[in-house]
Amino acid sequence: MTIGLEHYLTVAAALFVIGIFGIFLNRKNVIIILMSLELMLLSVNINFVAFSSFLGDLTGQVFTLFILTVAAAEAAIGLAILVCYFRNRGTVDVEDVANLKG
Amino acid sequence: METILLFSPLVGALICGFAWRLIGQQAACVVATAFLFLACLLSWIVFIGFDGETYTRSLFTWIESGTFFADWAIRVDRLTAIMLIVITTVSALVHLYSFGYMAHDENFKEGESYRPRFFAYLSFFTFTMLMLVTADNLMQLFFGWEGVGVASYLLIGFYYRKPSAGAAAMKAFIVNRVGDFAFLLGIFALFWMTDSIQFDVILPMGADLAEMTITFLGRDLDAATTIAVLLFIGAMGKSAQLFLHTWLPDAMEGPTPVSALIHAATMVTAGVFLVCRMSPIIEYAPLAGNFIIIVGACTAFFAATVGLVQNDIKRVIAYSTCSQLGYMFVAAGVGVYSVAMFHLLTHAFFKAMLFLGAGSVIHAMHHEQDMRNYGDLRKRIPYTFWAMMIGTLAITGVGVPLTTLGFAGFLSKDAVIESAFAFGPGLGEFAFWALVIAACFTSFYSWRLMFLTFFGEARGDKHTHEHAHESPLTMLVPLGALAIGAVFSGMVWYNSFFGHTDEVGRFFGVPYAEAGAHADEGHGDDATAEGGTHGEAAAPEAADAHAMEGEHHYVLTGAPGEGAIHAAPGNDVLGAAHEVPIWVKVAPFVAMLIGFATAFLFYIVNPSIPGMLATQQRPLYNFLLNKWYFDEAYDFLFVQPARAIGRFLWKQGDGTVIDGGINGLAMGIIPFFTRLAGRAQSGYIFHYAFAMVLGIVVLVTWMTLSAG
Repeated sequence: MTIGLEHYLTVAAALFVIGIFGIFLNRKNVIIILMSLELMLLSVNINFVAFSSFLGDLTGQVFTLFILTVAAAEAAIGLAILVCYFRNRGTVDVEDVANLKG
Repeated sequence: METILLFSPLVGALICGFAWRLIGQQAACVVATAFLFLACLLSWIVFIGFDGETYTRSLFTWIESGTFFADWAIRVDRLTAIMLIVITTVSALVHLYSFGYMAHDENFKEGESYRPRFFAYLSFFTFTMLMLVTADNLMQLFFGWEGVGVASYLLIGFYYRKPSAGAAAMKAFIVNRVGDFAFLLGIFALFWMTDSIQFDVILPMGADLAEMTITFLGRDLDAATTIAVLLFIGAMGKSAQLFLHTWLPDAMEGPTPVSALIHAATMVTAGVFLVCRMSPIIEYAPLAGNFIIIVGACTAFFAATVGLVQNDIKRVIAYSTCSQLGYMFVAAGVGVYSVAMFHLLTHAFFKAMLFLGAGSVIHAMHHEQDMRNYGDLRKRIPYTFWAMMIGTLAITGVGVPLTTLGFAGFLSKDAVIESAFAFGPGLGEFAFWALVIAACFTSFYSWRLMFLTFFGEARGDKHTHEHAHESPLTMLVPLGALAIGAVFSGMVWYNSFFGHTDEVGRFFGVPYAEAGAHADEGHGDDATAEGGTHGEAAAPEAADAHAMEGEHHYVLTGAPGEGAIHAAPGNDVLGAAHEVPIWVKVAPFVAMLIGFATAFLFYIVNPSIPGMLATQQRPLYNFLLNKWYFDEAYDFLFVQPARAIGRFLWKQGDGTVIDGGINGLAMGIIPFFTRLAGRAQSGYIFHYAFAMVLGIVVLVTWMTLSAG
């Protein structure tokens, strides 16, 4: 059995859905939300790379590198915000982060 | 020249109304008056130089839309020329008079400037009135029609601090709206049928209109009749005919010069002018003509009865005006438009003079208007007394019976009455008797006014009587000028308006032709007023051809729209009016004598009779004193229901439905949805993110399914 495009896409889709569920079902920790975001970005990266290889076009892989860069920066900022938030509130519990309530 | 004539009152009004702060009050008033005298001079030049040939000066285009076309233009024919001299002469004299009358007015505080405003309004009125009479299409005529309405409104309400003046101004405007609505419908109908509102187009179509039908209110009606009646209802409003007359007596709230100019001499006669102008259409609508006769005769009678018992000097004259307008409409209704214009002309002079004379009396008596507080004023204000005397002689119709010697009213009123009789049995006789009785009443109330004011013993405040003084010269000169008109205008123009048919035809620029073979004998030089020699000629021959111009002529044969007035084939009331029996000719004079004798008996010989009669005939007296309860009836029929509807719409419609709806929306429904939406805002990021994801899923699904 050869590993084809479909398999990559399936894995990427599975990872993406896991990421989504990681965001919604998680009630404990904001860090887990950040991790889930990273997971979704990675799944997208897999899509890019898979299509790049499939279509013989390097643009997709170049794009992946950009996304990785952005993801790193985002992780850094997200963690920094988290640290600040923890200092202020003493907790990173998702249940407590409801300041936007109307 | 006509252009200068038309616009000089407007220029005067603008300068006086807007620039008086720059040039000073007195100068502004002088400027307005000077422009008016200029217009007056030009009018007389136009009138005297006019040869009967209609001509039109187009100034500039106003509206052009599809086949609809309206110009600002000056159309001069005999009707216009007559109206020009009436308007500008009376207006110029009233301007002059106002210098004296309006010099001091206790309705305004010390130092307030009201005179430039007054003069500007007067000049503005004159301008719009001139626009009305010089119009060459119904649109411009309507502009003038409404313009004089506005000016009338402004001037009736001139004493704006008096609530009664404000109410009277509004009443005049609103009652006129009723007539104007019908007038507008008439214009629409005319445009609908003829595709034009130009007089040059619509007037010749009178006979064609009679053949057409118009669907109005769901039924087919004769076009000419419908249009004529609608236009006449418009005229009824402006000319204060029965049912739409209620505003005129109330309009006496305005200053007296205004009453003289607007509510006696000019504006109220606009309706008569309109009917005469539309004569080619009305001639072909006999039913409308009959309607005009009935309304006119009833008005003349009604107003005269009310005038018998009024105590306010101006109201007596106001009802007298109303009554005289009825006379004019009867003349127009029977088809003798020249006589209608004749009475209009003479009435303008003597009625303006009566009003100005009354103003002079009021001025002398420190704005006391109740005649019961007058008496024995003839020695205190002799010039006014003589002016009023001439006016009274003119309106009551004093003259030598069976000749053409007499005051203006004698000739024109008798002409109306004879024309009414000549119209024939039935309606003509009804109108004749109504007018003769009205003439008797006219004489009675006019002499009553004279006797109460100038004879007997001084009544009322003694102090006022002692300080009664003759008016200044600016007020007496107009009286004198109008007195000339009141004495001579009838005799001078008798032949032109009510002479033999050929003279009338020549005067009005209408072609005329020989009526019958035996008509020409004995006519030529026999220019006596009676015109009794060509009786057989009365049988008119519908001579459509007007080829025989310039020979012996007895019947107006102009095609519709030719000349200033029109007489349909078969209409020879003008000729027949000279053939009425002697007793008919003498009847108005006898009626006048009876009225005079009664008044003399009541107010000079035995002044206790009126009081006794009033107590004896209390219901009748109250009926007349309250003007046949017209105001009360209208109050009950129209005003109260209108107020009730207004109150209902205000309280229920506006208060409950609209305000309630808005309040319910703002205080009930919106907060409800706000709470609902607020509940969705949990504040948890994952809820918001979830909503976004859901949205994306929905979008992607939809795009995939629809695009795929």
